[in-house]
Parts: sequence; structure tokens; C-alpha cells
Amino acid sequence: MSMLDIQNVSVALGDTDVLGGISMHVSEGEFVSILGPSGAGKSTIFKLLTGALQLDSGAITCNGRPLAQNTQGFAFMPQHDALMPWSRVLDNLTLGLEVQGMPRKDARARVFPLLPDFGLAGFERHYPAQLSGGMRQRAALLRTIVQARPVQLLDEPFGALDALTRTQMQKWFEDRWQAARWTTLLVTHDVREAVALSDRIYVLSRRPARVIAEVTVPTPRPRLGQPITADAHALEAHLLDILLNQTGDDL
Amino acid sequence: MQHPLPRRPGRGLARGIPAVLSVVSAFLIWEVYVRLSGISPLMLPAPSRVLDQMVLNRVILWENTIPTLHATLAGFSLSLTVAFVLSIVLDFMPRVRRALFPIFVVSQTLPLVAIAPLVVLWFGFDLTPKVLLVALVTFFPMLVALVDGYASTDPEIEGLLRSMGASRSVVFRRARLPSAMPYFFAGLRISITYAVVAAIFAEYVGARAGLGIVILNAKNSFRPDLVLAAVVISSALTLVLFAITALLQRAVLRWRDFGDGR
Ligand SMILES: Nc1ncnc2c1ncn2[C@@H]1O[C@H](COP(=O)(O)OP(=O)(O)OP(=O)(O)O)[C@@H](O)[C@H]1O
Ligand SMILES: [Mg+2]
Repeated sequence: MSMLDIQNVSVALGDTDVLGGISMHVSEGEFVSILGPSGAGKSTIFKLLTGALQLDSGAITCNGRPLAQNTQGFAFMPQHDALMPWSRVLDNLTLGLEVQGMPRKDARARVFPLLPDFGLAGFERHYPAQLSGGMRQRAALLRTIVQARPVQLLDEPFGALDALTRTQMQKWFEDRWQAARWTTLLVTHDVREAVALSDRIYVLSRRPARVIAEVTVPTPRPRLGQPITADAHALEAHLLDILLNQTGDDL
Repeated sequence: MQHPLPRRPGRGLARGIPAVLSVVSAFLIWEVYVRLSGISPLMLPAPSRVLDQMVLNRVILWENTIPTLHATLAGFSLSLTVAFVLSIVLDFMPRVRRALFPIFVVSQTLPLVAIAPLVVLWFGFDLTPKVLLVALVTFFPMLVALVDGYASTDPEIEGLLRSMGASRSVVFRRARLPSAMPYFFAGLRISITYAVVAAIFAEYVGARAGLGIVILNAKNSFRPDLVLAAVVISSALTLVLFAITALLQRAVLRWRDFGDGR
């Protein structure tokens, strides 16, 4: 059964049709990516899932239940890290657990053992502004993961990083993911990232967004940190071609 | 690797030196001018004479500083409390905000010269009218600072909190209120400088004691040196209050010492 099922969902914001009938699904333990041009409506899909927006038509179910009854389904990492500058790293990390009613002490006890793995040990008393870009991103990821929700929604988690840091973070994330197998829905612009991390990839058209392609990535893991395989390379070229030539009107 | 903690540039004493120098030289020029020109102290007393008068009249000055300080702090506390409570109400009820905000703007356009005598007429010569006038003058900057501060909250942080299941009031406490703090302190610093002036003006219009009364009496008996002595004290009062808010701000906004977050 699908962990997450999005069926023929449409959304208009003001006079703009943003999502034009989108269907996608994510199974338990699966890593699914959404690729699409800028402004296609990728973040809008996450807004629907996190309850920031209401859908106009279609249906979303999480574990077979309608979305409205399942507000505990998703852990969300926004497109920019959204770390609270006035809170120390530790307080940022426990935010989700505390908001859900866990006492601060227990929340900290949950976070502490995870710090080394996320490269944040020794930085828990710092403020976000004292962290490097990569560390901020790892903090935002940890804040998401530690909530232990069934599905992780990651909106361009590595998009704001420089190329070198991004590559390092992707490799680091692949290792973490392989160990934990979080059910994940990832939004990205980056074809290589999608092919490297995903089990399946949806490609969106320009606004109003529709799914114009769905591909499965057969390459065995781990995929990063070694030469790219021929089939992964072919898949990247295929996806790039779709994005450049078939997403709709010109750039 | 650990990043060095960047401090705001020039926090040290060295930064204050030019300001001190310019103030001191202004007084020096004033002193020298009065001595060389032989101008009557009834027209323009020298700084040294003002200082002498402050020492001579220290008891009277001190006794009249207390009521002014009292009115300032009471009025300021009142406006702070009301502004804070009201800002929360307005943040939770945008309709009410749109309905009431014009009234607050109008309250700011009322000239103090006209309002002060009326308030004294209605509430007498005691503490009440002074407290009310200080509150009236300082209320609006505080309210606007808070309301603008709430609105400055990063929508992405709000979206994140919502995704975690936070209620409107949790979003307020965890995101909107902390986001408003820099604005709050900016408003606080502006208001506190108005507060002392408003208290003195209210006394000037009608009171039994206070720096405003000292100034009024000194003016009526042609004693510019005493007027200036009271002015010096009122400035010092404002500066002290200003310094206290600055210290408070440093304590509350400690996170800003490390950069602005992005
Ligand atoms: N409140 C709004 N009213 C009208 N249109 C909006 C509103 N918010 C967003 N949009 C439009 O919806 C579209 C989708 O926005 P969204 O943020 O989902 O895009 P995205 O695919 O995440 O883009 P990016 O890759 O740049 O992050 C954009 O073209 C945007 O202009
Ligand atoms: Mg986006």
C-alpha cells in the first residue's frame, strides 16, 4: 500500500492555475523525487501536504486515510533552512518534538545521540548564524528527521549550497538514507541529484504543472563517491532532455 | 571547524571618543565665548555657571527630579503594557486592526500643546495627567513597532511550525514574538526619548513639582542658568533610560551579536 497517494490534484492561487491535475504516490521506505522547472509548483505540492494550502480538486491520502485526518504524517524541510536565528541550534533541533508536546528534556535526549552523525556535535549551543551553509542544512535535516514522522518532505535541501559542499552533502545524505531508509519525497532542480538519490522520479511540466514523465532508477546503491554508471548517465541525459524540451513553453 | 564569532564592529570605548570630544569642545567654545564677549549671564550663562547652580540648588533639583522620573516611568510602563496587550489582540484579529489603526494614527496627530492643558484640566495637578500624557506620546511608536515586528516574521518559519502541528498561539509565541523583538527595541529607544520630554512638558502646563516646574519658575524669575541646570538633568535622565534599554536589548537580542541569521 502507498504511504502517500496524491490523486489528480489541482490548485489555483488567485487567478493562476498552479497544479493542473497531479497524481503521484510514495511507498514505504521509498525515495521519490520531483523534478521540475522553476516556478512549476513543486513547493506548492508540499504546501498542500503540510496543510498550508487547501486543494481545489482531487484527493490526498496518507496511509489510506484522507490528509485532513492525518496531520502527523509529514516532517517538512522548507526550501530555505528556516532555522530560527534567535534560538540556539539545540532548540531549533527540538522544535518539532516540543511543538508536538514532548517535554524539552526528553526532546533533547532524542536529539543528542544524533548530533555526531549529522556533524553537529559541539555546536548545539551555537546560534544558526555561527554555522556554515552545510551545517545549517544538516541541522535543518536533523530537525526534520528527528520528528520521526512517516514521510519526509525535503524541498531542495541542497539547493542553496556551493557545488563542492553540495556534492559532499549528497554523499553524506546517501549514506544516512541507506542506513535509515526514511520514506522520502524530495523536490529538486538538479537532475544528477535526483538520479543519484531516488528510487523513482516524477518530472513536472511548467505551470499549470502536470506529471509528464515517471522513471524508475535501476542503479544499485551506493551510487555516489564512485564513477557514474552508464545507465545512470543515460537516465540523466533522458531527464535533461525532457526538462529542456518537453516541459511546455519556452524559457 | 568552528567559526570565529564575529562581533559587531566598534562596540568598544574607542567608538565613544569622537562623541565625547565633540561635546566637550562645544562646551569649551561656549565657555570661552561667554567669557570673551562679556555677555550678561541673564542672556547666556556660561557652562561653569550652570554647573555652579546645579551644585548650589542640588536639593531642590533632586526633589523635583523624583516626580518627573516617577511620571516618566509610570507613564512609560502604562503605555508599554497597553501597547503589548493591544498588539497581541490586533495580531490575532486583523479586522480589529484595520478598524482601530486609523484611530491610533489620529491620536498621534494631536498637538501636545493643545492636549496637555486639557488633560491637566480633566485630571488635576497630580500624577495622573502626567502619566497619561507620557503614555499617550509613547504608546503609538511602541504599538507600531510591535505590529510591524510581528508582520516581519519569515513566512517559511511559520509554514514550518504549522507543518509541525503548531496552533496559531504557538506560532505567535515561537516565531512572531521573537521576530518582533528587534523592532520592539527600536521602538523602545525612540519612545524613551519622548517620555522624559513629555513628562516635563506636562509638568510645565500644570503641576506641584517636577523639572517642568523648576523650568517654569526659573524662566519666570529670569534665571536662564537654572533653566539650563534643569535641562542638563532632564538630558541626563533620558540618557540613563536610553542606556538601560540598550543594555536590555543586548541581553535579549544576544543572538544578533553573531550576525543577522542568514
Ligand atoms: N500567493 C500566490 N498567488 C499567485 N501565484 C502564486 C502564489 N504563490 C505562488 N504562486 C505561483 O505559483 C507557482 C508555483 O510556485 P512554487 O513555489 O510551488 O514553485 P516551485 O516549483 O517550488 O519553484 P522553485 O523551483 O523556484 O522553488 C509560481 O509560479 C508562483 O508564481
Ligand atoms: Mg520551490
